[in-house]
Amino acid sequence: MDTRPKNPEGTPYRMEDLRSGAIPYTEDSLEAWYRWSLGKYLGKYLEGLREGKIYGRRCNNCERIYVPPREVCHHCFRTTDEWVEVGDTGRVNTAVVSYISADRGRVEEPIIIAVIELEGASPGIGILHRLGNVSPEDVKSMKIFGKRVRAVWKPPEERTGSVNDILYFEPIEEV
Amino acid sequence: MKMNIYRKNRVACVGAGLTLFRRRLMETSDELMWLAARQALDEAGLTIEDIDCIIFGTAPDNFDGIHMQSEALADGAGAVNKPYTRVYVGGGTGVFSVIAGWWHVASGLCDRVLVIAEEKMSHVQPHPQYLFHHIFDPVTEKPLGVNLIWIFALEMHRYMYKYGIKKEDIALVSVKNKRNALDHPSAQVAAKITVEDVLNSEVLVWPVQRLDISPVSDGAGALVLVSESEAKKLTDEPIWIDGVGWSLDTMYWTNRDLAFPVYLYYAGKMAYEMAGIENPRKEIDFAEVYDPFDYKELHHMEGLQLARKGEAPILTREGVTERDGDLPINPSGGLLGVGNPIAAAGIMKVAEVYWQLRGMAGKRQVKKDVVTGLAQAWGDLMQVGTVVVMRR
Repeated sequence: MDTRPKNPEGTPYRMEDLRSGAIPYTEDSLEAWYRWSLGKYLGKYLEGLREGKIYGRRCNNCERIYVPPREVCHHCFRTTDEWVEVGDTGRVNTAVVSYISADRGRVEEPIIIAVIELEGASPGIGILHRLGNVSPEDVKSMKIFGKRVRAVWKPPEERTGSVNDILYFEPIEEV
Repeated sequence: MKMNIYRKNRVACVGAGLTLFRRRLMETSDELMWLAARQALDEAGLTIEDIDCIIFGTAPDNFDGIHMQSEALADGAGAVNKPYTRVYVGGGTGVFSVIAGWWHVASGLCDRVLVIAEEKMSHVQPHPQYLFHHIFDPVTEKPLGVNLIWIFALEMHRYMYKYGIKKEDIALVSVKNKRNALDHPSAQVAAKITVEDVLNSEVLVWPVQRLDISPVSDGAGALVLVSESEAKKLTDEPIWIDGVGWSLDTMYWTNRDLAFPVYLYYAGKMAYEMAGIENPRKEIDFAEVYDPFDYKELHHMEGLQLARKGEAPILTREGVTERDGDLPINPSGGLLGVGNPIAAAGIMKVAEVYWQLRGMAGKRQVKKDVVTGLAQAWGDLMQVGTVVVMRR
């Protein structure tokens, strides 16, 4: 019996075929501008960041503390109950070294990215952010895993109410 | 065999079709769908007049740049003036579209369904990767300049850390799948490579390197699903879809256990219970698990209970997952070898299980006699698992 798929079809081309005009094509771009209202929870999260504070929400049913704060506890499917200010220190759950930007271009200086479990939030509740004063070797050897880190904030006058009000997290114990 | 669900019809797959998978194909998306649909209908011995409804799958709208994608491609799907539905769960869409086809037939609503999926990623300039920037939360993550590969690298590194897994062992998956793909007529990046080639390839986001990842692809795939009574008219060798399962975890991926895919555990459990499977490691003869990254094949084997936690790299190193092994994984060549036109790649996996169970995989045919196979896909923000269990 024949191997399947039998004679799969399609006409491959190369990028150069577009440039040379061998393959007809057209171009357009999609542009859209969004203004997201943040609701009560993310709004307060960003206001907190402007003040140098990290807020979470506590569910009094399962006792989880979530960061970023949110209305719904997805474990209990009920409204979270209380605001909690968690620490700006935490431990590195996982970390990587990025040599590429969001559009897949190479970056000049590698960026170190991590998931950080914040102290004061429930175990396993992490946020995505950058690490600073950490070498790529500390990441590749996994020495940075489990280490305590602290947020390094922008000066108050430069904060805008954004996750980028934290410049990065840096180690506060020997790596 | 026992079934733990009421269904009006047992559901059979009776035909499959694929296009070539390539980085760039000249055909438009609907032309690719037509090529795949025609091949699947021919294999089933049916025409579009015989089809009661069409299920369509594609991943994020933006690849084609038209924000009503299913309607725009209805002609190529053979869907004009028929019941037609698009389903979507990111990278899990290909297998999920088969699940949607299954419920149309299992419920008794339809007797003959065409399931079709396409992805044409090559439109997007300068690189399709950038579109994935827009699947992230615009408040908490996008401002950090997040790249899709970051989050997989973070997951891969956590998995390696937790179980003490070496990159050399993960690279074996890429070596195996690219080699398996040498025997797949649609394959885009089939190759004989070594572990050293993987470890020496461009570092994108450590620990992820170029050859750890599946390529950007164009392609389409289609399947024909029918009820038991129809199947018996068409073939002596129907392949049955006896279990389906799907599950989605929270969007807050940094709040999850990154070392174990819980969503897939639940999806697999649902499919196994439906199909009456109590011990997946013994009862599943081979599997097509979703492998856009090499570590994901291992991660998914564990989520599907085909290996214990941290055990999948060991099985791989011992050759258990090779085509002549005890538990062949991705005999097609997977996304790492055949290519990754996202939703169409999920169809490719189900098609491979179908062809293997019918003994039509030619040089790709696994050595052992196979009765039960599984296909799985994964997607959205690393949060969805979609599973089908098939039998001959």
